[in-house]
Amino acid sequence: MHANVHVISDATGQAHFKALHDPFWVRWSLVGVAVGFIVLFLCVPLGLVLYQAFSKGWQAYWTALAQPDAIAAMQLTLVVALITVPLNTVFGIAAAWAITRFEFWGKSLLTTLIDLPFSVSPVISGLIFVLMFGAQGWFGHWFSAHDLKIIFAVPGIVLATLFITFPFVARELIPLMQEMGSEEEEAALSLGASGWQTFFKVTLPNIKWALLYGVLLCNARAMGEFGAVSVVSGHIRGVTNTLPLHVEVSYNDYDVIGAFSSASILASLAIVTLVLKSFLEWKQART
Amino acid sequence: MSILLNNISKNFGKFAALYDVSLEIPEGELVALLGPSGCGKTTLLRIIAGLETPDFGRVLLSGEDKTEQHVSRRGIGFVFQHYALFRHMTVFDNIAFGLRVKPRKERPTEAFISKKVHALLELVQLDWLADRFPDQLSGGQRQRIALARALAVEPSVLLLDEPFGALDASVRKDLRQWLRNLHQELHVTSIFVTHDQEEAMEVASQVVVLNQGRIEQQGAPAEIYDHPANAFVSKFIGQTNIFDLSETESNWLQRAGILAEKPQGIFAHVRPHHIEIVKAEEASGSPVTLKDWQHLGATIRVELFNPQHNGSGATLFAEMPNERFKQLNLNKGDRVAVHIKQAHWFN
Repeated sequence: MHANVHVISDATGQAHFKALHDPFWVRWSLVGVAVGFIVLFLCVPLGLVLYQAFSKGWQAYWTALAQPDAIAAMQLTLVVALITVPLNTVFGIAAAWAITRFEFWGKSLLTTLIDLPFSVSPVISGLIFVLMFGAQGWFGHWFSAHDLKIIFAVPGIVLATLFITFPFVARELIPLMQEMGSEEEEAALSLGASGWQTFFKVTLPNIKWALLYGVLLCNARAMGEFGAVSVVSGHIRGVTNTLPLHVEVSYNDYDVIGAFSSASILASLAIVTLVLKSFLEWKQART
Repeated sequence: MSILLNNISKNFGKFAALYDVSLEIPEGELVALLGPSGCGKTTLLRIIAGLETPDFGRVLLSGEDKTEQHVSRRGIGFVFQHYALFRHMTVFDNIAFGLRVKPRKERPTEAFISKKVHALLELVQLDWLADRFPDQLSGGQRQRIALARALAVEPSVLLLDEPFGALDASVRKDLRQWLRNLHQELHVTSIFVTHDQEEAMEVASQVVVLNQGRIEQQGAPAEIYDHPANAFVSKFIGQTNIFDLSETESNWLQRAGILAEKPQGIFAHVRPHHIEIVKAEEASGSPVTLKDWQHLGATIRVELFNPQHNGSGATLFAEMPNERFKQLNLNKGDRVAVHIKQAHWFN
């Protein structure tokens, strides 16, 4: 391949090279714009978060993170992610399976509806749950009569996060499973495998990298979601504040170190996510 | 295992893929389902396997009604057109799959599985590929591994969907012969789908010709070639010259020797090797002009032009042995005469 290219450029000279490439200044100004944009809007803010978090030294940073409210916020964020990510993984696999392997009435509607959380503003999603389960909501009376708190409590946060994050896994799997087709699964069935054996021995190994990729994005969003959670949480310190909400509350209280130290946790989560994401993309490209 | 299909019908939406198909396949046969694309042959194969459910009709294997039975319980081996090898498993694991997914009570030991897999790899002459992954194999190798995988569970019926469709012409020729030999060795009832009539005639002991969801004819290759049941089969199997009585001058056909008595139909189908060419001076046959010829190895295909014909069928094809063609010593543009030795009449 390489040798071929060489021969062609030798034979036709510089003209051929120029014909395929934009002038020097076009290339470099485009690269410059892209890099400048990334530095200005991604790297500088990220650096500032860390700068502010450590502006009063390590000691202040650790003290801020060790506050009971901060610890409670981290714990709540983890609990919410631990509930929503597995549920949406199962849901995503089920939805992708149904959409790519069966023909049924309303299939295209279901495919569209999976994307709904992407197209609705998160605040609206939160409001939907307030309207349904809030004290004045449709089911509010029934829940308060049974002494069940949904809104301004952990269940509401879990529900809102579930809603916001459910497209991630399904979105990753559907195109892959469509492209793969069902022949391998049919082959497994014809060889006597049961439905579960077919899923675990044939389907899952083929989709595992895409699945992990979807789970990773789902997790990042579940831990980072602000809008919808903000509407349903009620901002009760130490009880219904997730990490993103804790950042906002601390900042509004002029607790700069508290806000930015928590923000640095979320920022490092984002960096870990990015690294894992590139690793998974690389793995996926190889299989 | 014998296969009996009773009045199978299958629709996809408004498209009728199969219409009232009944078919009986005795044990041990190697059957070709032959037809143009979209004729329903793959659907029929998938219905036998249980990968598709018929809208009407029953599927009986060895006399037992298996219409409702799940594909994994039917004891069939299915070889897919694009092989469908498990891409994340080695060749060895692919072949062992059917044995390893058996319920614990019936599952053989790993030692037995290993022995069996190697025996199968030897059967398909690819023992040295056991540790490779499917994407490291050539098309022909994948095909044989797919076959070995299907044979591992000792199916009573082997179903192959376009088994040679995705292969190079030379590999295809080898594999055809190989499949035929393998079938003679194993004697398992086998059905394969193909749109290539040459392949069907060469490999199968029985050919079933399908068209537009119906069976046109079933029989041994020779029977189908020599006695086509209708115009479709005659046209589809081998090459045929078609004479339309309304377009061809009857005088011409009389001189060619096929209109001696009352015509038995409107269309006369004539195989190229049933057209005999004689030099014009010794002619008692019908006059034509020699347009061109092609070498097909042992035979020569001669392209003839019938000047008295008005219509699309003015070009005729005749075939004769190489030696005979040399004896005639013909040139392009020569006037020659033709004798038609045999024709099939259809309406």
